Amino acid sequence: MRVLMLGWEFPPFISGGLGTACYGLTRAMSDDGVEIIFVLPRAVRTDRSTHVRLIAPAPARKESTSTTTTTSHSSSTERKSDVSQVPTFQIDEMEHVTFVPIAAAVTPYMSPDDQQAYEAELSRITSVQSSTEDVIEMREITHESSETTSRSSSHTAEGDAELSGQYGHNLMTEVHRYARLVMELAPKLDFDVIHAHDWMTFPAAMGVAAVTGKPLVVHVHSTEFDRSGERVNQHVYDIERAGMDTADAVIAVSNFTRKFCVSRYGQASEKVHVVYNAIDLNGGSAVREGPVEFLRDDRLVLFLGRLTMQKGPEYFVAAAKKVLEKIDNVKFVMAGSGDMFRRVIELAADLGIGHRILFTGFLRGDDVEKIFRMADLFVMPSVSEPFGLVPLEAMSHNVPVIISKQSGVSEVLTHALKVDFWDINEMANKIIAVLRHAPLQETLKQNAHFEIRKFSWGDTAAACEAVYDQVLAAR
Amino acid sequence: MASVCFYFQVHQPYRLRHYSVFDSDPYYFDDYKNAEICRKVSQKCYLPANEVMLDLIRRHNGRFRISYSITGVAMDQFAAYSPEVIDSFKRLRDTGCVEFLAETFYHSLSFLYSRDEFREQVLAQTQKMREVLDYEPQTFRNTELIYNNDLGHYVEELGYKGILAEGADQVLGYRSPNYIYRPLGAQNIKLLLKNYRLSDDIAFRFSNRQWNEWPLTAEKFGRWVDQVNGNGYTVNLFMDYETFGEHQWEDTGIFNFMSKLPEVLLQHPDNDFRTPSEVADSYDPAGALDVPQMVSWADVERDLSAWLGNAMQSNALREVYRLEKQIKDNGDPQLLHDWRRLQTSDHFYYMCTKWFADGDVHKYFNPYDSPYDSYINFMNVLDNIRQRVRR
Repeated sequence: MRVLMLGWEFPPFISGGLGTACYGLTRAMSDDGVEIIFVLPRAVRTDRSTHVRLIAPAPARKESTSTTTTTSHSSSTERKSDVSQVPTFQIDEMEHVTFVPIAAAVTPYMSPDDQQAYEAELSRITSVQSSTEDVIEMREITHESSETTSRSSSHTAEGDAELSGQYGHNLMTEVHRYARLVMELAPKLDFDVIHAHDWMTFPAAMGVAAVTGKPLVVHVHSTEFDRSGERVNQHVYDIERAGMDTADAVIAVSNFTRKFCVSRYGQASEKVHVVYNAIDLNGGSAVREGPVEFLRDDRLVLFLGRLTMQKGPEYFVAAAKKVLEKIDNVKFVMAGSGDMFRRVIELAADLGIGHRILFTGFLRGDDVEKIFRMADLFVMPSVSEPFGLVPLEAMSHNVPVIISKQSGVSEVLTHALKVDFWDINEMANKIIAVLRHAPLQETLKQNAHFEIRKFSWGDTAAACEAVYDQVLAAR
Repeated sequence: MASVCFYFQVHQPYRLRHYSVFDSDPYYFDDYKNAEICRKVSQKCYLPANEVMLDLIRRHNGRFRISYSITGVAMDQFAAYSPEVIDSFKRLRDTGCVEFLAETFYHSLSFLYSRDEFREQVLAQTQKMREVLDYEPQTFRNTELIYNNDLGHYVEELGYKGILAEGADQVLGYRSPNYIYRPLGAQNIKLLLKNYRLSDDIAFRFSNRQWNEWPLTAEKFGRWVDQVNGNGYTVNLFMDYETFGEHQWEDTGIFNFMSKLPEVLLQHPDNDFRTPSEVADSYDPAGALDVPQMVSWADVERDLSAWLGNAMQSNALREVYRLEKQIKDNGDPQLLHDWRRLQTSDHFYYMCTKWFADGDVHKYFNPYDSPYDSYINFMNVLDNIRQRVRR
């Protein structure tokens, strides 16, 4: 089985659930022996803190397509010929995955309605790509890896000039430019099935399906209704719908999302398969290494997610206000950034609880670990959450969780407290109960410790592979 | 000679309403839901099942004999929501073929926490039986058939001639539940043990189509009982009365099965029906039975883990009983009654996480979405009770 995967974000650049899901799924499929050509938007930047070793990274330049700047890890000569015409790289923990970076200014959580954010992203990535430091770093990595692979790559910094090339002037044109680049690439590759993750990859996926005639599976991690409520962007909706219509099968991350696919996107219910996400327990230690010193007298209730309408940050603040009416030795931490950042701060101030709510901005890596270790309780008040990976992460860090019933993960979690996102009284009731009653915390933690073990990316991968088999058999 | 001894448990808890930490009124119980459930179960089970029993007693000229244990909280709810059930039990009493047992008024786990409270609740229950049914119970059954040696002794001291318990494998070993026993160290009281295989064939397996004995007919069950002949005195069939029409719906044929069963059993000249006190009067103990640990009739474990299996349950129970002295010193009868209604074992059963992930009987009878919700609710109510005590 060979899969052309149109995915997102790989470590260390993961900024949310979509990247985490793509990573976990792809790795498990690779372990299963599935050959994957993973198309990754944006040239891959390097980072000192990465735990992923880049092997022979090749800059995206056209000149290199005729040479064999491909991975040395490729044991299959057959596959070598597939990808030898395009720049690729591999990471050593995924034997069967070949990455194809595509220089495109798209990131998972953008909205076409936010031109400012797009331009900021554009200027960020072009500046990063042209920075000398980055080029040097890339060279260093290449040098290091050439030792282990006993192979010397010939590419130099000139290649990066191409990286800063012609980006689209807004997100929509960029999505279509990305689609064109992928379509140019696809005929050079050999694969059996196309697997595309969320709407920004759908135009590319539909194009490739049309050009190659290969079956298409679209994976819906979120819909426009989750992200924008009822104020949907018609253009995004049309792309989502066309992607689902064109697809041979749709994978939804929960029944919650499957219902949207059926009711809002007119999909036949038998075409939409529910495949739940999972959690990688090898990554984070479930053992808690003692509380962090500061804030010791205060209990800590954590919100971790983007500060956007979808994630319900204002319900968290409103519940915090109610909690503080009853108990006072508690602080609320809101970790994340997003377009509601200012509004949430103002709301906290208006309610007179500004001093009880701490904003950390977007956290990554060790800081996420640290905040989970400090937390007594994690709350996910999402208004519409297709799956919700963060509660699983919290549980893996031995933190009790309260999740909104309007989430996919609430379908599969037993040892979590559940509330309607709008029911701030009940949310506060449950927050207070967890903070007050140690036996409640203990019972939740003990049972969650076992429960998260049932979420395995291996199962997720197997379920996706079963969908591939089905669409291939139907051909 | 094999006697068949039927005992049916009749119980309805006072379910709590949703009670948030932001609530401060002293009204804890979901009157609407309790009334609704009481009326529904009365229509589906208590009234039609009583009619079947009454008819059987009349048809067999007193040879069909049965017993009930009705909790005080169930009696109170019948009086409030479906008084015709009480009239129906009075008619059963009038036949002289029905025994009523003693238990704790509140269907509580009080024996585990406070002997004083336990005794007071047993007195309240027997007082209720006297008042409403003009009946003086002589045999005792504890909540959920929870039993050990200590309880046997204590109940003997209270003056009862018999006590019921689960015929659990872990206490019986090679011995048969079809004999009667004496609690280790007791003088007179007799111990009747539930034949859980035959009881559960009716109570749990009757309508299970995966069961290789399905469908269960009166004739088939009669043959199983006959097999006991020569190997014991009595087949003790102990079960929830809600088996008839509520756990096993009418369309499973449970009422027809029951209507037919006495006739089939009485065809064998060695068989008869006896109530628990009659069994205790009729037979000598086969020996002393040592039960140092607590046994019950719940789940496959047949121990206390359905009510005391996790930290929330033990915490909630301990916190309830910690208030005993203050509540009794306070002297407010309504406060005492509210506190006692919180002792009903169902509240702690709802908090059980043992089987929660698999979904089964605990979930079916649970008014809450999760055991965590039930704990949170219970602790909020208890917190309010605590504040009333201090006032």
